[in-house]
Amino acid sequence: MIDKTGIAIKALFEKEFPENEETLNRPKAIIECYKEIPCNPCETSCPFDAITIGEDINKRPDIDFDKCTGCGICAYSCPGLAISIRQFKEDNAELKFPYEFSPRPRTGQTVNVVDRSGEVITTGEVINVIDKSKQNKTALVHITVDKAYMYDAAAIEVVKNES
Amino acid sequence: MKQREVVIIGAGPGGLCAAQKLLEGGAKVCLIDRNASLGGQLIKQTHKFFGSEKQYASKRGIDIMEILISSLTQYGDQLEIMTETSVVGMYSDKVIACVKKDKFFKIQAQSIILATGASEKSIPFENNDLPGVYAAGAVQTLMNEYGVKPGDNVLMVGSGNIGLIVSYQLMQAGINVKALVEAAPSISGYLVHASKIRRLGVDILTNTSVKRAIGSEQVKQVEIWDLDPTWQGIEGSERILDVDTICISVGLAPLTELLQQLGAEVRYIKELGGNVPVIDKRYETTVKGVYACGDVVGIEEASSAMVEGKITGLNALEDLGYDIRASRLEMKALHEELKFLRDGPHAAKVRAGYLKRGMLT
Ligand SMILES: Cc1cc2nc3c(=O)[nH]c(=O)nc-3n(C[C@H](O)[C@H](O)[C@H](O)COP(=O)(O)OP(=O)(O)OC[C@H]3O[C@@H](n4cnc5c(N)ncnc54)[C@H](O)[C@@H]3O)c2cc1C
Ligand code: SF4
Ligand code: SF4
Repeated sequence: MIDKTGIAIKALFEKEFPENEETLNRPKAIIECYKEIPCNPCETSCPFDAITIGEDINKRPDIDFDKCTGCGICAYSCPGLAISIRQFKEDNAELKFPYEFSPRPRTGQTVNVVDRSGEVITTGEVINVIDKSKQNKTALVHITVDKAYMYDAAAIEVVKNES
Repeated sequence: MKQREVVIIGAGPGGLCAAQKLLEGGAKVCLIDRNASLGGQLIKQTHKFFGSEKQYASKRGIDIMEILISSLTQYGDQLEIMTETSVVGMYSDKVIACVKKDKFFKIQAQSIILATGASEKSIPFENNDLPGVYAAGAVQTLMNEYGVKPGDNVLMVGSGNIGLIVSYQLMQAGINVKALVEAAPSISGYLVHASKIRRLGVDILTNTSVKRAIGSEQVKQVEIWDLDPTWQGIEGSERILDVDTICISVGLAPLTELLQQLGAEVRYIKELGGNVPVIDKRYETTVKGVYACGDVVGIEEASSAMVEGKITGLNALEDLGYDIRASRLEMKALHEELKFLRDGPHAAKVRAGYLKRGMLT
């Protein structure tokens, strides 16, 4: 299916999350890179060696959640924007999505949150926007949503702020 | 007539990397490109690249271009750059005919490296000559080089990486991408690129194509329809989208005409994009001292074009009589790198092409 639509179904993306939900009480990188492509910046960018692709860069990335600190470096290094950082925080899910549109959302702003097909499923509040120069124009937008959307949230809708 | 040691035609990633190796080795290089600036396709690539660190993965194409160009600046007079210069003819005695701003001149070269890249293919449909129908590369040039919006509502045709990436770049420029149609039953580019535009709301429609563009002076609408398994349009499945731009991205064809003029053998290999030069493992064509690398020998990626460029540069250097023994290990590593780049499922077509070429190691 994903080959035809570009949309990962639940059975597919659920496998990329930690088996034990409690793991997500700390921030973790969720990698949605379903097909073998010649690419490995996720592996080489991770300062904690949490991601393994190996010598053959066509292999899919494999993450060790025990090693992942949720630092977010892989999320802005991935050219496929296929990595998000996710964590449960009380009744909410805190998510960091890569974002390459301008203007950037503002801290405190309410944004629409979409699923993998682009449907708006809920709103979230922007906690902050991480946009350092070493990120080379791929910002990480840190939002909080109801924890029910931990799995289905895929991105924030492009914001149209007056700049 | 001007006499030059090595002439490189085309200053994309392939030509720039060939130049780098030749200059390092001590040869004098004349680098020709018809564009006003060096870089080839890279100048338009504002997205972060795939690949491994060796090929600058995770850097943006345009930044890779800067790195490649700046590595050449140290060579002073050893390097002659001719921009806005089109090569219009080549003769078997390695004479190159050029035009720069209506001025015609010839260069006699000892070696020639052809790194001319590829041109975009089109598809037939009613009114495909209406203003508002663009090739994807032209749209990229308008947006990323000149900062001009091609339109407000776009239909993208073709789901290869170029179609997917240009769709994303259009959205970054604030342009609405109404849908992306693909005649094949599945998306042909990387899924991560497809998912990226899908979750921003772009419908990706496989088994679908354009029936006709509608409009008198300019595209006003487009009619799309479903295709059956034999790629014929299905009557009754037509629907109309309001778009002012149709962006075509259905593949590239290597620019081999110059090689043919020179008498180098070409061969049709579908998997590599059409007519491609016959080359050996050293990237030499059937004419001695004439080499080819990058998209012109087979449609691939900037990453492979760079590696091929280096291999080609080293071989040309050797044939000119320079000692390249110190580069033996590097050469071996470059061939390994190419092998890895062509290893995955996405490179199946390229592998099939190279198998036909008898060059799969
Ligand atoms: C939208 C898009 C996205 C891409 N994304 C990636 C990616 O993520 N990763 C990746 O590795 N690759 C990517 N590529 C592919 C990559 O850009 C090309 O494979 C690469 O540029 C080919 O390099 P080249 O040197 O062979 O040719 P080109 O870059 O095409 O350069 C050829 C040069 O030759 C010049 N030329 C041609 N004919 C003549 C003539 N007669 N006289 C004078 N000059 C001439 C042209 O002006 C041009 O500058 C992408 C391409 C596109 C279009
Ligand atoms: S979030 Fe940080 S620690 Fe975790 S995989 Fe990515 S780069 Fe490594
Ligand atoms: S960097 Fe991103 S696209 Fe590349 S292999 Fe890693 S997850 Fe996949």
